[in-house]
Amino acid sequence: MDRLVFLLGTGVARGTVLALFALSLVLIWRATRIVNFAAGAMAVVGVYVGVAVTGATGSWWWGLVATVVAGGLLGFVVERGVLRFASARSPLSGVILAIGLVVVLQSLLGIVFGQEHEPVQPPFSDRPLQVGGVPLLSPYDLFVVVVALGLLGALRLLFVKTSLGLQLRAAAFEPEVSRLLGVRVARMRTVGWVLAASAASLAALLAVPNELGLNPHAADMLFVSAFTVAVVGGLDSPGGALLGGLTVGVVTSVVTGYLGATLAPVAVLGLLAAVLLLRPSGLFAQAEARRA
Amino acid sequence: MTAALALRGLVVGHGGAPVLHGVSFEVDEGSVVALVGGNGAGKTTLLRTVSGLLTPTAGTVHLHGRDLARVGVEDRVRAGLAQVPEGRGVITELTIEENLRLGGLWRGDPADLRAALAEMEELFEPLARRRTSLGHQLSGGERQMLAIARALVARPRVLLLDEPSLGLAPLVVAQIMRVLRELCDRTGLTVLLAEQNVAGALSVADRGVVLGLGEVVADRPAAALAQDETLRHAYLGF
Repeated sequence: MDRLVFLLGTGVARGTVLALFALSLVLIWRATRIVNFAAGAMAVVGVYVGVAVTGATGSWWWGLVATVVAGGLLGFVVERGVLRFASARSPLSGVILAIGLVVVLQSLLGIVFGQEHEPVQPPFSDRPLQVGGVPLLSPYDLFVVVVALGLLGALRLLFVKTSLGLQLRAAAFEPEVSRLLGVRVARMRTVGWVLAASAASLAALLAVPNELGLNPHAADMLFVSAFTVAVVGGLDSPGGALLGGLTVGVVTSVVTGYLGATLAPVAVLGLLAAVLLLRPSGLFAQAEARRA
Repeated sequence: MTAALALRGLVVGHGGAPVLHGVSFEVDEGSVVALVGGNGAGKTTLLRTVSGLLTPTAGTVHLHGRDLARVGVEDRVRAGLAQVPEGRGVITELTIEENLRLGGLWRGDPADLRAALAEMEELFEPLARRRTSLGHQLSGGERQMLAIARALVARPRVLLLDEPSLGLAPLVVAQIMRVLRELCDRTGLTVLLAEQNVAGALSVADRGVVLGLGEVVADRPAAALAQDETLRHAYLGF
């Protein structure tokens, strides 16, 4: 039982990071109908900048700020400089541009920083706290949960309570009608990319200390898992990203704990296959579309 | 009387096939002009060109004397032009209140926006009762009211309406037409109303422009147009 509690706790921590990363995919999908296959590579660029700033200043917190800012700037450049030119008539053109971007970014990172895994220390201890003799979350896991849930909540407030959020939603749902109402849809798309890329970079920064370390491919598996989360939750559903993230996080953690790490990807793949067979639009897609 | 909207020699095509062939007419300030004609006459294409969604290959659109050739869709809205698109264009994932707010956000004046919302809820009373309902929960008539109210929240000087009566009960159509006429008389709003419901449109319009296969076939006072039997039978179907 103690083991199950521990695995559920770490699963929730991992799940919130996945949810944050998946939300970045959902934001871009809703705004542009493009699955951003470059999200992982873009996020790692932000993390490299953050780690460099941490190294230069000695402050992990300045590194966090730099990661978010660098991620947002890269999102701006990528949307304005590359993906804006993807043809709306051909869904493949956006996918191909994004994959090309992955190759370019990972090659550049490899040239500048090398391919070695660089360990990244968390700002808090990653040793689990004991409560009544039962190992629970580590202080770092708790920090990750608080930051990820805080950001997800902040993004929800932005979308539901602010004029900018209303314009972002309108531009995503009905771009032509929104233009006729004076909404600058192209600008809203850029804002969406900036928000999404910042969120993905932050998620990658939070995830890296629990992975093998930082290298140009450090967010590849995070992207694959987050893509699964987005499909499970519904690519159109921000709420689904959170619930899907928690589901995939807990499944991964429990399967890893009881059956071994090698079976975890198989379990996630099984979950993905089941959702695609039974509810291809995602577990939470319809409810969210009605509520948004 | 000055022209709120002046179209001169508009030529517009879809994928190489011309739809409008040198369309010219004017809409006087504060008047209602009915743009009528059968399916494929080019009414929707014309309105989409005026709002900037389509680019003409020749000809000009002037709004209160200003050439709109280099003015984008969003800036035409800021210049005082609003369009209610065919199919109503309500954003069904948003609530009535959010749809209405969206119409006036670009003005950047919260107090003015609140006042405009209150005016619209007074004018279209059913909307006030269902402020938090989502667009997809509304009837066809309510959606049409919402689309018009949302366009009016922007306080436009010229309103383009594309088939507002489509699929609506006659009583609802009559109510919407009455509200529009009252608004024009009270506020000086200019309306270009594209309609297949010719009798309904001409009943509230000052003038009627008949489009046939992308050309202006007639441009006369609405009452005279309604009584022209030859034109009615040839182009208007009643």
